[in-house]
Amino acid sequence: MLAFIIRRLGQALFVLLTVAFFSFAMFKFMGDPLENLLGQEATNLDRAELEERLGLNDPIVVQYVRYLARALEGDFGVSYRAGIPVAEVIMQRLPATLELAFISGMLAVVFGVLLGIYTAIRRDGFVANLIMTSSLIGVSLPTFLIGVGLIWAFSVNLGWLPSFGRGDTAPFFGVELAVMTWDGIQSLILPSITLGLYQMTLIMRLVRSEMLEVLRTDYIRFARARGLTDRALHFSHALRNTLVPVITITGVQLGLIIAFAIVTETVFQWPGVGLLFINAVNFVDIPVMAAYLLLVGIIFVTINLVVDLLYFVVDPRLRAERSGSEGP
Amino acid sequence: MNPVPGPSSTVSGWRDSDLWYSFKRSPVIVTAACVLVTLILGAVFAPLISPYTPFDPGSLNLMNGFTEPFARNAFTNEFFLLGTDDQGRDVFSTILFGLRVSLFVGISAVLFAMVLGVALGLIAGYVGGWLDGLIMRIADVQLTFPSIMIAMLLFGIGRGLLPPDLRDEMAIWVLIIAIGLSEWVQFARTVRGATMVERSKEYVEAAHLIGLSRWAIMLRHILPNISGPILVIATITLALAIIAEATLSFLGVGAPKTEPSLGTLINVGRQFILSGEWWILLFPSVTLLALALSVNLFGDWLRDMLNPKLR
Amino acid sequence: MTIKQLMAAVIMTGAAVSTAVLPASAETLRWARAGDSLTLDPHAQNEGPTHTLAHQMYEPLLHRDMAGQIIPALATDWAPTDDPNVWRFNLRKGVSFHDGSAFTADDVVFSLNRAMKPTSAMKELLSSVKEVRAVDDHTVDIETDGPNPLMPNNLTNLFIMDSGWTEANNCAEPQDIANGGDNPCVRAVNGTGAYVLVSRAQDEKTVLKANPNYWGIGQFPLDVSEIVYTPIQESATRVSALLSGEVDLIQDVPVQDLDRVATTDGLSVITAPQNRTIFFGLNVGDPDLTTDNVDGKNPLADVRVRQAMNIAINRDAIKKVVMRDQSKPTGVIMPPFVNGWTEALDAYPANDLAKAKQLMADAGYADGFGITLNCPNDRYINDEAICQAAVGMFGQIGIKVTLDAKPKAQHFPLIKNRETDFYMLGWGVPTFDSEYIFNFLAHTSTDKLGSWNGTRYSNPSLDEKIVSLASETDLSVRNATISEIWNTLQDEVIYLPIHHQVLNWGMRANIDFPVQPEDQPHFKFLKIKG
Repeated sequence: MLAFIIRRLGQALFVLLTVAFFSFAMFKFMGDPLENLLGQEATNLDRAELEERLGLNDPIVVQYVRYLARALEGDFGVSYRAGIPVAEVIMQRLPATLELAFISGMLAVVFGVLLGIYTAIRRDGFVANLIMTSSLIGVSLPTFLIGVGLIWAFSVNLGWLPSFGRGDTAPFFGVELAVMTWDGIQSLILPSITLGLYQMTLIMRLVRSEMLEVLRTDYIRFARARGLTDRALHFSHALRNTLVPVITITGVQLGLIIAFAIVTETVFQWPGVGLLFINAVNFVDIPVMAAYLLLVGIIFVTINLVVDLLYFVVDPRLRAERSGSEGP
Repeated sequence: MNPVPGPSSTVSGWRDSDLWYSFKRSPVIVTAACVLVTLILGAVFAPLISPYTPFDPGSLNLMNGFTEPFARNAFTNEFFLLGTDDQGRDVFSTILFGLRVSLFVGISAVLFAMVLGVALGLIAGYVGGWLDGLIMRIADVQLTFPSIMIAMLLFGIGRGLLPPDLRDEMAIWVLIIAIGLSEWVQFARTVRGATMVERSKEYVEAAHLIGLSRWAIMLRHILPNISGPILVIATITLALAIIAEATLSFLGVGAPKTEPSLGTLINVGRQFILSGEWWILLFPSVTLLALALSVNLFGDWLRDMLNPKLR
Repeated sequence: MTIKQLMAAVIMTGAAVSTAVLPASAETLRWARAGDSLTLDPHAQNEGPTHTLAHQMYEPLLHRDMAGQIIPALATDWAPTDDPNVWRFNLRKGVSFHDGSAFTADDVVFSLNRAMKPTSAMKELLSSVKEVRAVDDHTVDIETDGPNPLMPNNLTNLFIMDSGWTEANNCAEPQDIANGGDNPCVRAVNGTGAYVLVSRAQDEKTVLKANPNYWGIGQFPLDVSEIVYTPIQESATRVSALLSGEVDLIQDVPVQDLDRVATTDGLSVITAPQNRTIFFGLNVGDPDLTTDNVDGKNPLADVRVRQAMNIAINRDAIKKVVMRDQSKPTGVIMPPFVNGWTEALDAYPANDLAKAKQLMADAGYADGFGITLNCPNDRYINDEAICQAAVGMFGQIGIKVTLDAKPKAQHFPLIKNRETDFYMLGWGVPTFDSEYIFNFLAHTSTDKLGSWNGTRYSNPSLDEKIVSLASETDLSVRNATISEIWNTLQDEVIYLPIHHQVLNWGMRANIDFPVQPEDQPHFKFLKIKG
């Protein structure tokens, strides 16, 4: 148990250090910090002096360690475009992204599990088949097309819901959240559907197939033979046994949600870190890109770690051998 | 995204006739295949089919702008099947050329990912040792991140490395490399697993005994035996690559406006979502949807056929 | 959610809900446009949207009202003194900054000196200023190098900061934009204006509230008590925000959506010509170009090529299709508001491809040549679409143009650093006088003048005439010189004019607010009807 946890933590640390190295390399080799600090009229002497002062002549490893130390203090340099420290820009926008990702994730899990159960129990019903067929289209639809379609239907034609931004926010323990106002909740609806739909489809299909698998197993058949009601069967026995893979996939999907938030935020002009990142790619704003890479690295590694540990707790059979994190 | 065949699928028990039989029996798959073939043919022969050359600026007449579909332009009296966009370009022709870019980027990226992934997978699986460890650790790190995000990052880095005046010119190639690099892991993992199984088989031992080189064994004997799963992954990855490309271009960080893909066209069309020129947005969107859906259906079916266990 | 919003929400759910958005409270104005202000440091950028936001919170000595007329702000009146090189400004008494400190002559001296520092983007406007002196607490003298009859016109965007506050915040030097500089004044404001900064998240949302101690209470309508400013890049998103009532006023209704906004109940579009002309600049001065495919010579140096390009542009088609009739085609890079403008200069040449091809052949370019056109994509109305259309038009006379469209933050440095040979630029004229255009766009590029002259055009005799304008006190002589300069510039065709922009502000029908010709709303003038 302990050995597994230690090995898993070690792996996570390795991944993080690798990601941090890429982030550092981007910073070091792509954005010429001297050009940015000195301007065009600088002489070669100024240059040499500044190089010395910034430690740009030290060995790469020393510079890398120094970069890590600064990153740990939250110092990621200054955004080329906004002229504001990167950490400040990211912190300003992080709550918006996390809020959107969280709400979408909740929607995806709740509706995904419910629909999954429904389609498994009524596996030959008309509605269940309809849901399954449309889910395939859902998987093929690029996120941005869903967003554009929803805006066209609900904002342009029906005029029911806002099409951009976060609406009003109100503080919740000091963090500005949109769910705290009616206006903000309305603004959340379309983006969170857009973002959660794909994940919901996946979870639904997964729950369905796991559920079907479990319902076929011997112990369910025994339980049925013993006269347990369908309800008890479905919910207390079958569902519990489908939870293991659902937890894993859901965890990994949460990571994906943050990735696809980039797309959703652009379509809805949602002021989160995804929109920030796309603008940074557009403007080749290296410090922002590097910091974003590190940030999502930390988020993903944490999610994967938690999922793995949870997996380990939920399913004792797996304690024997389990290699690194599986992809989606 | 979709479960991908694991190493156990290498027992390739499929025959062409089975495939053909199941194909004929599924109207959905026949439809998907027809749509796919039509789209591919349209893209390949775009220069011959399309009534206009939409990206030769000298041939455009601005006065043709915003012509409605199935109608003649009020000023120039020219006819456009699917209407024209804001620059007077024939939408039908732009879609054909956009499809060409989308498919070119998608297929090239998958080929790139496949060559890279298969090569690394073979090496890791057959040679093993520290090389195997290194390759698989890199794969693990990369799997921590969603591929679309890696593609975006790589695209950003690629742009940053290029001198500004080459950024648009090289955008397509940067896009291919970025998407390709973000998708090689599935190939490598599958091939590695399959190779490890194959390596211990008698025919490989025999080949080894008669003195064939490692490379000859890997390429001539092992590779053909694991081509089934590679094909499945390639099809599924193609759908992912097409969507990734469209997404990046839609976000304005992919194909340039001078060489638009379907994603770029949809982004252009979005400006007119309110003003009534629906055709500039709708037709490219429908085309992209048809492309992604048909590739996906086809990939799903292929996977089911080659790996009955996963059905 | 405030009680009021809650009540509104409850009422809404009861009524037949046609739009699920709250009605604006009478006092809050939700304002949107495509781009955000680049910085709150009032001297760090000379750019329209940046000044527009600053105008709500900071004030200059004088500025232009909603009709474009100069009115007093922090100065009550001004006049030249007996010394023709000195202008005297009498300052408004009893004015205080947002933090309560009193406004005095020292603040004016401090602020104008700050605006003349090397990192300031406003220094060209004060290039003739020798010294700014405080005579007493409420009088300031500005001495220029020579007599400068139009000096006050240059002060309309020169904002006054509090010297004590600015120094306490370590921002005595303006933010150094070119080198990624930063200072606390980029994010904080202490002005004398009608609105106080409440909160700001760059590119996201800026909230201002009415200044309860504003000196102009009673003199201006001041109907708006709170301003929420949201930049919305996407044009379709911006319009749908207005249509659905999420915002009350947008400064840039995309031309394709004018009808939709105008015909929507409860909304109105107000249209007015803008004091800004859109044109292409050509590198005529360099012996060889880097972005063309002709070796050893510069095709744009030949005036016949420039004339050919000028008549290859079909300005009527651009107006009709790209601008949907919302522009005024022109033959000169000067808006009609400007002193020096005439109808003869404004007349534009007819689109004549045969003649253009003949001129190209005469110049030895019968087969054309290739060149890159740099274009912004988030600054002017349909900027990129105009460039795309122009690419096609130049293609028809054999010039293969490669279009390179970028956001304004990357496009403008290309012009300022002379890294482009062919570019789009739009020029507004805050002084309403030709001299401003000449100083920035026609004078040879030197330390003090010609900073936006990306054409590398240099004509010493023309430069002499341009410099003479600053100290010419006889207006008829001055106007004659202006006319001569324009005639030379028109003959040389170093710029290819396209059109004067037309502004389209979309707003709720109960808002009474004229369109300002510089695209600079001053919300203290905004009135709510009914």
